[in-house]
Amino acid sequence: MSRSRRLAIFTIVILAVALSACSGSGPQTALNPEGPVARTIDNLWELVFIIAAAVFVIVEAALIYTLIRFRARKNDDTEPVQLHGNTRLEILWTIIPVVILASIGYPVIKGIFEVRAIAQGADVLQVQVTGHQWWWEFEYVDLKDDTGRTLVTANELVIPEDTEVNLTMTSADVIHSFWIPTLAGKRDVVPGRISNLTLIADNPTPPDEPHPGQCAEFCGLSHADMRFKVHVRTQADFDAWVDEQLTPAEIPTEGAAALGYETFNATCVACHHVTVAGASGPEDIGPVRTTEVDGVTFTSSLAPNLTHFGSRTTFGGGTFENNADHLAQWLANPAGIKPMRPELNDIQTGRILGMPNFNLSSDEITNLIAMLEGWE
Amino acid sequence: MVLDTSKDLATGTPKGIWSWLTTIDHKRIGLMYAVTALVAFFIAGFEALLIRLQLASANGTLLSADAYDQLFTMHGLTMLLVVVMPVGAAFMNYFIPLHIGARDVAFPRANAFSYWLFLFATVMLLSSFVLGGAPDGGWFGYAPLSTQLEEFVRMDFYSIGAQLLGVASIMASANFIATVFTMRAPGMTLMRIPVFTWMAVVVSFLLIFSLPIFGIGLWEMFFDRNFGTHFFSGGGDPLLWQHLFWLFGHPEVYVLVLPAMGIVSEVFPVFSRKPLFGYPFVVFSGIAIGFMGFGVWAHHMYTAGLGPVAEAGFGVATMLIAVPTGVKIFNWIGTMWGGKLRFELPMLFAIGFVSLFVVGGLSGVLHSVVPSDYQQHDSYFVVAHFHYVLFGGGVFGYVAGAYYWYPKWTGRLLDKRLGLWHFWLMIIGFNMTFAPMHILGLNGMPRRTYRYPEGLGWEFWNQVATVGAFIIGISFVIFAWNLIRSRKNGRIAGDDPWDGRTLEWSIPSPPPVHNFDEIPVVSHIDEFWHRKYATDEEGRSVRMPDVTGGTISSETATGGEDGKPTVDMHMPSPSYFPLVAAFGIIVTGYGLVYLPGGWVAVGVGVLVALWGFFGWSLEPVTRNGNHD
Repeated sequence: MSRSRRLAIFTIVILAVALSACSGSGPQTALNPEGPVARTIDNLWELVFIIAAAVFVIVEAALIYTLIRFRARKNDDTEPVQLHGNTRLEILWTIIPVVILASIGYPVIKGIFEVRAIAQGADVLQVQVTGHQWWWEFEYVDLKDDTGRTLVTANELVIPEDTEVNLTMTSADVIHSFWIPTLAGKRDVVPGRISNLTLIADNPTPPDEPHPGQCAEFCGLSHADMRFKVHVRTQADFDAWVDEQLTPAEIPTEGAAALGYETFNATCVACHHVTVAGASGPEDIGPVRTTEVDGVTFTSSLAPNLTHFGSRTTFGGGTFENNADHLAQWLANPAGIKPMRPELNDIQTGRILGMPNFNLSSDEITNLIAMLEGWE
Repeated sequence: MVLDTSKDLATGTPKGIWSWLTTIDHKRIGLMYAVTALVAFFIAGFEALLIRLQLASANGTLLSADAYDQLFTMHGLTMLLVVVMPVGAAFMNYFIPLHIGARDVAFPRANAFSYWLFLFATVMLLSSFVLGGAPDGGWFGYAPLSTQLEEFVRMDFYSIGAQLLGVASIMASANFIATVFTMRAPGMTLMRIPVFTWMAVVVSFLLIFSLPIFGIGLWEMFFDRNFGTHFFSGGGDPLLWQHLFWLFGHPEVYVLVLPAMGIVSEVFPVFSRKPLFGYPFVVFSGIAIGFMGFGVWAHHMYTAGLGPVAEAGFGVATMLIAVPTGVKIFNWIGTMWGGKLRFELPMLFAIGFVSLFVVGGLSGVLHSVVPSDYQQHDSYFVVAHFHYVLFGGGVFGYVAGAYYWYPKWTGRLLDKRLGLWHFWLMIIGFNMTFAPMHILGLNGMPRRTYRYPEGLGWEFWNQVATVGAFIIGISFVIFAWNLIRSRKNGRIAGDDPWDGRTLEWSIPSPPPVHNFDEIPVVSHIDEFWHRKYATDEEGRSVRMPDVTGGTISSETATGGEDGKPTVDMHMPSPSYFPLVAAFGIIVTGYGLVYLPGGWVAVGVGVLVALWGFFGWSLEPVTRNGNHD
């Protein structure tokens, strides 16, 4: 095979790979947008990708043509003309790229302002997000029960379809990045700073197929396991979910769950927060901190709120399917299935790097699971 | 001061290990940079293979998260600061003086000092693996993670190690600038120096202006970690680190790739038998890239929350930087257009450089589409992009340089058959490894994750990438074997194996210590070509019959009875003081890493460094009797 033909085949292979990138695959792809924000981004991507692909083909074709046409041939001893350049050509191939880039500059700048616009108005669902090493906390600041307690959940965001959601985000420790590719681009979550992201989802998701997302800024040991889900519901389903979530958890009074609650009260509440139904109304158990960032008050706990743990499909930073097997493994040795550094925990300063191994007995584990699964 | 003065009588070249430890010859220092960088390349490449093995399947279990974080941090840090940058410095050291017709660099001892400090800082960084763990906060070291990581001393190795590599680099850069601006041969005007040397000047300025910014950031990180300051957290601003880091980090990208662009700008004319098309445009576009490189750093921070106005501004600036880059690519094609292309190994790698760099350049334009970057940022798409720029661009360019100049270093050619294996395996392996990463990134795979779950559809392309990475590995084993084998067994190259155009081909291979027996008087770009060829009426070259290539004035080369040239030349004596000074500084560095106990080492290190610096400044430039 001649060298030129090999080069041609090589180029075709690259092209094929490049073009196959046009269509997305997998549930976490950015190429099959499921909402208007992600769609704005995807349209811009497609526009510029096509231009870039055309430039690629032209430049590589020019290169390959040059290589073939001007290759040294046998029995040809003439020397090439010693040409030093051509100013007109230089001006031409400076101006053409400038024109192409200027033509994409306008839609790009328009796109930035569109995507970065903070959703405002009475219809917007306001959610405050706190990134933790290595889990996400969501507080629906406008959704409150009769006593003024807000709806708080972890790792699984539930939103109504076709509704603007404004995320107001900060971090409790290091920089994280909130990325849900099907709905929006990513946005860094920075300690001491506020960042905003607008989410809008077109359609409800099946209960077992939420949109997957994950932290996109390296945040230490378990960065890979700092995942989350976004469930999209119809407005009616969403309202029902809100009512459910605002109901305090029942204190189990009999069986394994009641024993589990004793262990829970002795151990877990050092970090985890729950709202339980007390004799005279809802009671909060476990620590909660409030921090003020740029005038916005964030309420967060040291570990995920467990009030409605049983209603979530995953746990451990959206990493493990929420079932008894996984929970048993987790409770037996949390750092064994998700890398964490609980030995560095300092509850006083609020620096928590994962759940310690409490050396729970298998009975205690069974009881705790019974309690957690009851809190739907 | 007693030095081993045994010399090879034929060439006047000193021999023995001691002669290498005390050498201040820019060629030897260049070679030491090259060998060090090559060894580091294999270490960092091995790290990459472990990373690829871990990612070859979902939920990989080969590496722990802790090990993975150390490996990806050290892979990046080593490849950028210990491999690609120093390999650029290797070529610059060796060829700047040869290109401009000089006998050495402006400050030969400072040059030796730069190398030794670089070597020791490299050893220090790598030693962290066995001293409690390597840095694990990413080569980008984002605060407050990097200041929060309290696991022993890991990120202190980063802050001190990178700091010292930076010091070595700043000194080398100052040296190169002084050399090019003050030591050019008569007639070698700035617009006649070879493009590679021009790019070296641009890179040196980039480093001198950008590294101090990084240095400040690294000290602030060190203070945050060790002395309880709050530059980046607890009232300080985490984004301050990002600004400082990328104000260095983006120009750094051009530091890595501009010398490779310079190399292919040397290779294309030689193997096309034509001068570089649009020499002034290639030079000025390189300078333009250098300037613009300081105005685009925030495109690494589009998701950090700078606000839409800043993002739009940096987006446009980033698009514009594609223009001078395009100018270079068009000029390279213009150089080949109408030429007689000989597909020797340097040419193949240079063509590989251009064809792959185009991909990296265009995916860079896609990043300047800011909203699109909200998706691509910190995904595998970015990993694909910068490997196309730094490996497809940078490494292909440097390998082209290695094949091109190896005969000048050793007097022998690299084996062509092995070289062809290297080329085809490398280009196939490279595209198998990094092209699929575009797809992975677009399909939502983030960087720096030690594992990924099933069900996201990432397994297949990750497997392809892993296979590709091993093919790259094999290609470089072949390359290393070729480098070793050809040193003794390669075909004899002669002084001018490629029918070269620039002055380094006018002197023997390997060159004598003093480079040029007689400093050349220059009257053209591509001076050596014009000494070999006249031009006919049509502008075609005609070989002048009485010149056969080789030395310019061989009658002066033979010299006196002891083999030394008879012409009067000042060559400074070898010195071990740069080595002592660099050693003192590295002891200080280790001390700083191990504070507070390390204060003792800091004290000892400072004393040793002072001994080195004083000895260096007080010793005479040449010993008695050396000045012939």
